[in-house]
Amino acid sequence: MAGERDAMSKSTDPAIREMIARAARMEIKTVWDRYEAMRPQCGFGDTGLCCRHCLQGPCRIDPFGEGPAEGICGASADTMVARGLDRAIAAGTAAHSGHAKHLAHTLLKVAKGRTGAYSIKEPGKLRAVAARLNIPVEGRPDNDIALDVANAALADFHEKETPVLWAATVVNPQRAKVLTDLDLVPRGIDHEVSEIMHRTLYGVDADPVNLLLGGLRCGVADLAGCYMATDIADILFGIPTPVVTEANLGTLKAGAVNIALHGHNPLLSDMLVARAHTRNEDAIAAGASGINIVGICCTGNEIMMRHGIPACTHSVSQEMAIVTGALDAMVVDYQCIMPSVASVAECMGTALITTMEIGKIPGARHIAFDEESAVEKADEIFDIAMANFRRRKNKPVDIPNIKTPVVAGFSVEAIVAALSKLDAREPLKPVVDNIVAGNIRGVCLFAGCNNVKVPQDNNFTVIARKLLKENVLVLATGCGAGALMRHGFMDPANTDALCGDGLKAVLRAIGEANGLGGPLPPVLHMGSCVDNSRAVALAVAVANYLGVDTDKLPVVASAAEAVSEKAVSIGAYAVAAGLPTHVGVMLPVLGGPLVTRVLTDKVKDLTGGYFIVDLDPESAAEKLLAAIDERRAGLGLQSPKAS
Amino acid sequence: MSEPKEIFVRLDRCMGCHSCELACAVEHSGSKSLYGAISEQPRPKPRVYVESVSKTPVPVVCRHCEDAPCMHACIAGAIRRTEDGVVITQSDRCIGCWTCVMVCPYGVIGRHLEEHKAYRCDRCPDREIPACVGACPTRALVYRSVTDFSRHTRKTASAQMLGTQGG
Repeated sequence: MAGERDAMSKSTDPAIREMIARAARMEIKTVWDRYEAMRPQCGFGDTGLCCRHCLQGPCRIDPFGEGPAEGICGASADTMVARGLDRAIAAGTAAHSGHAKHLAHTLLKVAKGRTGAYSIKEPGKLRAVAARLNIPVEGRPDNDIALDVANAALADFHEKETPVLWAATVVNPQRAKVLTDLDLVPRGIDHEVSEIMHRTLYGVDADPVNLLLGGLRCGVADLAGCYMATDIADILFGIPTPVVTEANLGTLKAGAVNIALHGHNPLLSDMLVARAHTRNEDAIAAGASGINIVGICCTGNEIMMRHGIPACTHSVSQEMAIVTGALDAMVVDYQCIMPSVASVAECMGTALITTMEIGKIPGARHIAFDEESAVEKADEIFDIAMANFRRRKNKPVDIPNIKTPVVAGFSVEAIVAALSKLDAREPLKPVVDNIVAGNIRGVCLFAGCNNVKVPQDNNFTVIARKLLKENVLVLATGCGAGALMRHGFMDPANTDALCGDGLKAVLRAIGEANGLGGPLPPVLHMGSCVDNSRAVALAVAVANYLGVDTDKLPVVASAAEAVSEKAVSIGAYAVAAGLPTHVGVMLPVLGGPLVTRVLTDKVKDLTGGYFIVDLDPESAAEKLLAAIDERRAGLGLQSPKAS
Repeated sequence: MSEPKEIFVRLDRCMGCHSCELACAVEHSGSKSLYGAISEQPRPKPRVYVESVSKTPVPVVCRHCEDAPCMHACIAGAIRRTEDGVVITQSDRCIGCWTCVMVCPYGVIGRHLEEHKAYRCDRCPDREIPACVGACPTRALVYRSVTDFSRHTRKTASAQMLGTQGG
């Protein structure tokens, strides 16, 4: 049926397809409608050949050579695309590290006793982080250590004598040397962002390779921001451990006060989750069955990992949560929140609440959130949601009856703890032995977003299906994790069906050693997008155990449906860490032949990592397997014959 | 037979983005995709040209004239009109004498250096709507019959005379 085919071209998630049809019936414009209206998209922007960095522009270079071959200033196509890519990396870095800085300020307030709402939930992690940073811990109270850690974190933002600690102390020694030799160690997170803005200004850096190296250094600063965000979130809110929960629109409840928390930082969302039980009686008094909190995007990942809160939906389908008509409030902080949610919320009678000074949306109600009055602000949000429920309660809702069981919460600490049930002395040994024996062929991390240009989740699920069958251990973060969880890839009941025999046996052995009575889920959920740091931490631990550099490991990454500039900066640090990194949508660099060659090939000679850009998930899976096998061969390990 | 369609330009709408040129080159490439075309050799060539008069962009493309000077002038008999009214240059017959270029009042016939042949707009025989028209973000390029285009212009003009929008 043409209609069904059309719907499949938008989303492979059946719950989302139901809501797309409902939105069409109600004449509500969605992201897919706006995409259609935007097509055809401009080829110059698509290939990176449009520059607006100065007021003599806009300039565009004709990739077919008939029109201008250089910008008005004389910038070549390669200069233009390298500058554009650098600015994307800087934006992504600014966002991740802005999130981290926010947490660092909170930790500082906790240490100084200026906020009663937050506390050090994980003193063990605080001490582990402090020890890594060379901050003394012996015999010192938590608050003193926290003060030093918070100050060290904030000091990492500006240019200083020492390198960025959250970069220099988180990689293995061999990688630290590679990065030092290439001058890729950042001198300050904000400094690197600022330097990208400087060097990409009119008339500064015109050397494409020099620009790309600057971009990679900023990418390493992004790793620092991500790692810092994960560290401090764990200290303040707890280290995630495996939890059983569920995902998809079916987690909304018609009779409950439904509140979706959307965005990124756990600062606000964790507080709302913690306060929810205190307001449940009020919700019941309002005629509801209770308060039902669900997550969207990485906020969803944060509260799922730590509290088992179900995930409602992710990324490109965020509007669809509102289209159900069942959402009483959508509470957002920053990043990946489409401004369109305001008009959809208006149509459906949902209260949209913005909370951050830097993230206001016309049409939303703004409640300025701060750590000092976190409890009061949380209660104000609950009041709005309950008032909304009173208005909504007798109106029809349309909640797709679709949800999937999910086991989430695989922090590195949780993984090591699970493995130590197999080998208490050397927990990584069972994994490494299985990699050597070929039961685990390699490891792939899925990260990033859902892009409207891809049928939602299709690239993730097609590649993951193929890799799991080939015994690749699959990790996932961000909305990549969201995609895979909504399609059952985090349900242990599907491990046998999805995984190859070798991987199946390993997941079962770990699961049974941990008293789960069955295997681990096929895909391990490692958290939000800043939590790509957890995947780096795991790779570094394995590299250290083996005594090799990270670029020798059979580890690959894929941002199969990337959208945000944050995905670009994550890709940059994955390449800087030495990983073959797949991107499943086109990066705007194709207009620069030299830049394209460097990113997909030549950079390999420097960091060992490189980009694989392939829009076809089937062939992308083959390329990722080939990259894994190439690394296995480098370690003297055999690979199975191609099946 | 239904009235053939022409490519018309609504000059007031053109933003000068050159998207029509890109789309034209891609349509006349081997891969027919931007990502593939960008690295092809010989480079795919656009047949539509966005000129600039003072600061106003003007897209120019072969008008496929009813009384086509190029067709009359072609000494090799390489230029003919298809059943759909499209004036085409047959590469295998073109001897590269550039007489067509000399007589074309619009200057929209190009020289293919690698193939030593003349080339021009072929109205995208594989497409329902020519690629340049499909690529125009402001709908400055439209593909309509003369009757339709004129009727639309008359309606707009009439509305303006009455001082109202549409009607």
